[in-house]
Amino acid sequence: MLRDAKLIAGKDLRIEMVSKVLTTQVIPFGLLVLILFGFAIDPDLQAVGRGVEGNSRAVLETVAPGLFWMAVLFSSLLAIGRSFAVESVDGNLDALRLAGLEPSGIFLGKAAAVLVQLTVLEVVLGLGALAIYGAPVGHPLLLGVTVVVGTVAIAAAGTLYAALAAGLRVRDTLVPLLLLPVLAPVLLGATIATGAALFGPASDGWPWCAALGAFAVLYVAAGILAFGSLLEDS
Amino acid sequence: MTTIDTAGSTKDATATTGSKGTRMLGAVVAVGFVALAALALFITPPEATQRDAFRLIYIHVPSAIVSLYIAFSITLVGSIMYLWKKSVFWDLMAEASAEIGVIFLGLTLITGMLWGRPTWGTYWIWDPRLTSTAVSFVLYSGYLAVRRLDMDPTVRSKRAAILGIVSFANLIIVRYSVQWWDSLHQGQTFDVADTQMDGIMLFTFVFGVIVMNLFFGWLLIHRFRVAWLEHQIADVGLTEAIEARRREGVS
Repeated sequence: MLRDAKLIAGKDLRIEMVSKVLTTQVIPFGLLVLILFGFAIDPDLQAVGRGVEGNSRAVLETVAPGLFWMAVLFSSLLAIGRSFAVESVDGNLDALRLAGLEPSGIFLGKAAAVLVQLTVLEVVLGLGALAIYGAPVGHPLLLGVTVVVGTVAIAAAGTLYAALAAGLRVRDTLVPLLLLPVLAPVLLGATIATGAALFGPASDGWPWCAALGAFAVLYVAAGILAFGSLLEDS
Repeated sequence: MTTIDTAGSTKDATATTGSKGTRMLGAVVAVGFVALAALALFITPPEATQRDAFRLIYIHVPSAIVSLYIAFSITLVGSIMYLWKKSVFWDLMAEASAEIGVIFLGLTLITGMLWGRPTWGTYWIWDPRLTSTAVSFVLYSGYLAVRRLDMDPTVRSKRAAILGIVSFANLIIVRYSVQWWDSLHQGQTFDVADTQMDGIMLFTFVFGVIVMNLFFGWLLIHRFRVAWLEHQIADVGLTEAIEARRREGVS
């Protein structure tokens, strides 16, 4: 299973190296979303923050964690869509199965490739968010763990739902409808944990981080179990 | 072309979703709703603090119970049974139940918002119950969207069954995460549960739950039978098409 996963992940990442969809389309899209949020929310607006001293803080800075994760979610829809777009042409999914790969391995591989791409995306978006929204980083460790765990959750759930819609003409409209409500708890947890990592106290963030971990484990397990019957007759 | 006529004559020509049992159940439900309206609107006294607005509880809570607890549980069971036994019965049952569940959930949201306006002063608050219900509504709308997909019925049923199971898990996750999230804010939620109900009000409330469940059962039977007939038509259509080809070959 793990060998198959490695093969699939390697294949997907090689396709990405050649096509450069992530760097030329997905990441610019994410940055664009970040900038548009800045237009939507007046950067000069002040709000009473939930900060350490409860002092006032710019609204944009206060909501920066949420905006960052929203940008990640929207961009991840593109990355996940892309991950299955490359499989739906010429009956590629059938070919993968004919090649004797385990379905659970295919799931893990595709999710891992999405995970790698999303992590790159998040580093860029994160730096962008810190720069243009002007938020401090109080607890780098919590921030790092949150990003990693949250991304595993998004990649696993996204891969599972994208497989549900694989090979359909309405895939592009269906996946957001199915996936976004599912990821609502991830957005919640990741936003709160990131907020705690930026403005503290970190103890507010760790329980949410653990919840994200539980969600991630659940979806990785669900994907491993369900992928076989999803691919059976796609 | 007379294919439709022959199709009708080979199968049950007077196919209908009604039967003696459902007509009786339907009559009970109709009488029940009249009685519920009388109880809820006239016989019960207005509540001490919320006055007449409180009367919404007699349909709001029953519809929430029907959709979130009954309908989606049937969808879950149907989905599991379909994956296990591959029976069309459970597949159609899951679909029928989810469809009615989404309608009842919509009803819950609308009555809840109408109730919120006079009691909370606003249609919407970020209360965990409201928020998770709204997310669940979208979640199961997605399930229904998958059921409508134009694709091979067997593949669709299988994917829908997986979705039906995962959606139920999500229902629970969303519910708890939102609840936890809300505990961070200081909630100004008016808790419905702490209102003491007794006597005729409690009776009306329980009566409402029973009537709404019977109504759901009645709808479910009909919706299931429609789905069953649709399924048979698809089969008949296929047989007809094959026979038409055969005749072409002979002549």
